[in-house]
Amino acid sequence: MEMFATALPALGQAWALILQPEVLGYLVLGVVMGLAVGVFPGLGGIAGLSLLLPFMFGMDPVLGLALMVGMVAVVPTSDTFASVLMGIPGSSASQATVLDGFPLAKKGQAARALSAAFTSSLFGGLVGAAFLTIFIIVARPLVLAFGLPEMLMISILGLSMVAVLAGRVALKGLAAAGLGMLIGTIGEADAGGSLRMASYDIPYLTDGLKLVIVGLGIFAVPEIISLLRQDRSIAKDAKLGAGWGEGVKDWVANKWLSVRCSLIGVVIGVIPGLGGSVVDWIAYGHAVQTTKDKSQFGKGEIRGVIGPESSNNAKEGGGLVPTLLFGIPGSGSMAIFIGAIALLGSGDIEVGPSMLRDNLDITYSIVWLLALANVVGTLLCIAASGGIAKLTTIRFTYLAPFLFMLISFAAFQSGQNFEDILALFAIGLIGIFLRRFDWSRPAFLIGFVLSNPVEKFSNQAFQIASFRFRSSFEEGMSYIFSPIVIVLLIVTVVSVVLGLRQAKSIMAEGDVKSGSKRAPMVFLLIIMAYVVAALINANMIPDYNMTDKIVPLVIGGITLAALLILLVQMILRPENDAVFADKELAGEDADAPFGLWSTLAWFLGLIVATYFIGFILALLGFLVSFLRVRAQAGWPKTLILTAAGIALMCVMAGALNRDFPPGLLQHAVDLPWPLK
Amino acid sequence: MTIKTFAASVAAATLLASPTLAEIDLSGKTVEWVIPFSETGGSAKWANFFAPLLSEELPGNPTVVVKFMPGAGSTKGANWFQEQEYDEGTLIFGTSGSTQFPFLLDDPRVRYEYSDWVPVMASGTGGVAYLNPKDGEKFDGSANNLKDVDFIYGSQGATRLDLVPLLAWEMLGMNVEPVFGIKGRGDGRLMFERGEATIDYQTSSAYLGASAELVAQGKAVPMMTWGALDDAGNIVRDPTFPDIPTFKEVCEATDGCETSGEAWDAWKAFFVAGFPVQKIAFLPNGTPDDVAKTYSDAFDAVRNRPDFPEIASKRVGKYEVFVGANAKAATEAGTTVSPEAKAFVKNWLQDSYGVSLK
Repeated sequence: MEMFATALPALGQAWALILQPEVLGYLVLGVVMGLAVGVFPGLGGIAGLSLLLPFMFGMDPVLGLALMVGMVAVVPTSDTFASVLMGIPGSSASQATVLDGFPLAKKGQAARALSAAFTSSLFGGLVGAAFLTIFIIVARPLVLAFGLPEMLMISILGLSMVAVLAGRVALKGLAAAGLGMLIGTIGEADAGGSLRMASYDIPYLTDGLKLVIVGLGIFAVPEIISLLRQDRSIAKDAKLGAGWGEGVKDWVANKWLSVRCSLIGVVIGVIPGLGGSVVDWIAYGHAVQTTKDKSQFGKGEIRGVIGPESSNNAKEGGGLVPTLLFGIPGSGSMAIFIGAIALLGSGDIEVGPSMLRDNLDITYSIVWLLALANVVGTLLCIAASGGIAKLTTIRFTYLAPFLFMLISFAAFQSGQNFEDILALFAIGLIGIFLRRFDWSRPAFLIGFVLSNPVEKFSNQAFQIASFRFRSSFEEGMSYIFSPIVIVLLIVTVVSVVLGLRQAKSIMAEGDVKSGSKRAPMVFLLIIMAYVVAALINANMIPDYNMTDKIVPLVIGGITLAALLILLVQMILRPENDAVFADKELAGEDADAPFGLWSTLAWFLGLIVATYFIGFILALLGFLVSFLRVRAQAGWPKTLILTAAGIALMCVMAGALNRDFPPGLLQHAVDLPWPLK
Repeated sequence: MTIKTFAASVAAATLLASPTLAEIDLSGKTVEWVIPFSETGGSAKWANFFAPLLSEELPGNPTVVVKFMPGAGSTKGANWFQEQEYDEGTLIFGTSGSTQFPFLLDDPRVRYEYSDWVPVMASGTGGVAYLNPKDGEKFDGSANNLKDVDFIYGSQGATRLDLVPLLAWEMLGMNVEPVFGIKGRGDGRLMFERGEATIDYQTSSAYLGASAELVAQGKAVPMMTWGALDDAGNIVRDPTFPDIPTFKEVCEATDGCETSGEAWDAWKAFFVAGFPVQKIAFLPNGTPDDVAKTYSDAFDAVRNRPDFPEIASKRVGKYEVFVGANAKAATEAGTTVSPEAKAFVKNWLQDSYGVSLK
């Protein structure tokens, strides 16, 4: 109670700190910078904050906070542009938004989807801030109640969303998720350092694949290639339907869904160690389960946008709890945020347990600056959405080269290796075939995202549990089956049972026709070969490193079993069975004027040229030849667009102080930036 | 042996240090300070703290930007830096204990050689180990009453900095079971706070920021620090924590723990590499002496700012910052271990954790 007595005056002081013209000015500046960075996929808050760091030293704390919070707050809002308009998941926060947001854009309802998303974001941010104002002073014991078994259960709950998103053939969804998890285990194991499907001769693989690359490869590459093959605009017939007012109305009609998803977001965001990767999927799953007519999910259901977008901004607020209370960052951008706070003013603000006692007013300022930044950011985004939505009416052939440029650059930023771009291409290929044969891509991505948490938490929880069991049976049981675990277990079981029943009606890839046995079967056998190789590889890890091999073995085993059953089904069933779904047989892809491989060759060409002459020179050649040959543009148009594209890259990389992928040429000769 | 040379050179360098004007001019240039870690770690914090200060002191006030090149636990960045050559003095590279340990343990991925590089600044930290309150009651300045307790410790991996605490506890005869795979010491502390781990250690700044609060609330009992080095290379009480005994004192008081012999020498060698000389700023191979001098003078000016002790203690901890010849000596001490110590630690890693580096 005495906490509340100190909280109220602190809240008042916080508002007094925030409501100064100068502070608000910095906040708006931060928001605008955040929007500028956030619209580019794969860059996000980390790049933006790093950019601000040099100015933080000795800066007035409230001004510095306003600038940084403004920037952090709007990244999950602004990356919605890429998710909805281009089908590119801008960050882990907007992956689920792609599922329904992009189909809406294809229907010409981009502005509607965007404004519904932004309104949800805004609302989520406000709910998060309101919740935190009360919650933050009592959060500590609650956060500590989430031990390893509890975190494992939340990861499994996230994984159970695979059931909803599995598609028409549940086994294919399961296998896709298993494959995603196996690919997530590539590299050096966290626990014992054993290598899985990697070698020290290829150092790139030892670090494992980055989420940005897998997200872009699984969602963005297949969509870009498919649209490019069809040679049309994103919005069919280049017409824009519903405007932004429609989206706000959609939100009003679904406000309770938005409330629930905001709460899901803030609560899961509070738990340190999980980060935001599961939040939007759990919210999406919730949106599906609470919708009566599920037939529109995956084809452009507005609730599929409102759910995840309400949660992902609320999550940012929730993520402040572990950051401020424990000094443990919930995400990469929060980690920089902590570091930057230490640079502010005279360095008096110490993030961690003493924060609430010594700096409660600053804590509240952060919470409400976040909310305020959301309001400013959302209004700007909604104002812009009508205009930006027009992008979807442009002939896609003019957009595609710039998208290849952006995703290659984004992929390179994740690790600054040439291999990053190569990995993007390889994962993109997997994505293209998962899409073609109707294997659930969301399930694959959920598997990938949760692979590491599931492995880490199950190993650690097992170790500690076996320790507790050694002291007494009761102690072990009460550790594993805490009330929170039991509740989560029940939720998980219910959601799997419901999910499986509903999955059949949710066709994320649309109604894919079946017809021929050969191609789907070849793809199945290729996946199976990889799974078998991964299993053999994991089995070769010596037994004293059991922690490094057990998860790949179990997951691989389950995946292999699912694949074997599918193989038997394929042998027994007729060619028109759903198991043989193939997009190349009928529909948009089959009717496309351009072939898959000739389209993909353009992208590959950019990558190969980069390997030899570096990114900017390769880009120059790529843009000119693509626009001339593929888009059949005249010389003036070609040159103007090329110059604009290269200028955009240089301004962006220059401002963020980033390099471009170098090629063999750059190793041989010293060239000035940006060519180096 | 290395520690003696270190101490001797520290003394010599202090006598020799004399201010001269720098010859190079970096005005209008951009100095890149490359960190082989992500934006989120302690090294990033360290470089971000020094970068603006360094910019003020370098001739011509160049912009100093921190760049990140994470990968393979810093081995990737260090291998990259090994291939860089001197080019107008606009490249600095920062390493940490995580770069030094794989180097000392002959990790197969290491393709870098510390002695090729030119150190211009080195700084360190300390560490504090603490116990849960229940077992803390049994602690009487020795580990004698802790030998039959089973402890759990959240660890980042036995070949990382955690090697120092794990080996220390083992030398005390304590039974500490590490749970591997946590991502940072903050996660370890959280595990301790949840009661899942029963023993923990934090570097000085993290201890002051969070764990000291637990001690004040009676939720943790400090056990020992790793200590600090005096000018003669002896382990003495950590100036940040003068009231907490060092591991050396606890070891002396504990039956069966020796402060001499191969285990002790190995522990001390890795302690020096991991704590008092934890972070080093290098210029690339082939840097001319006058450029190196310009940089070390600039760092010297930074550490002699009147407000330096105050701003540093809040942001990176109050530990010695070595420059010039002292930095060179510190680097040698932190990147050389005797073959015996190396062999001992490798054997111990293999026997206790099944880790073999090949």
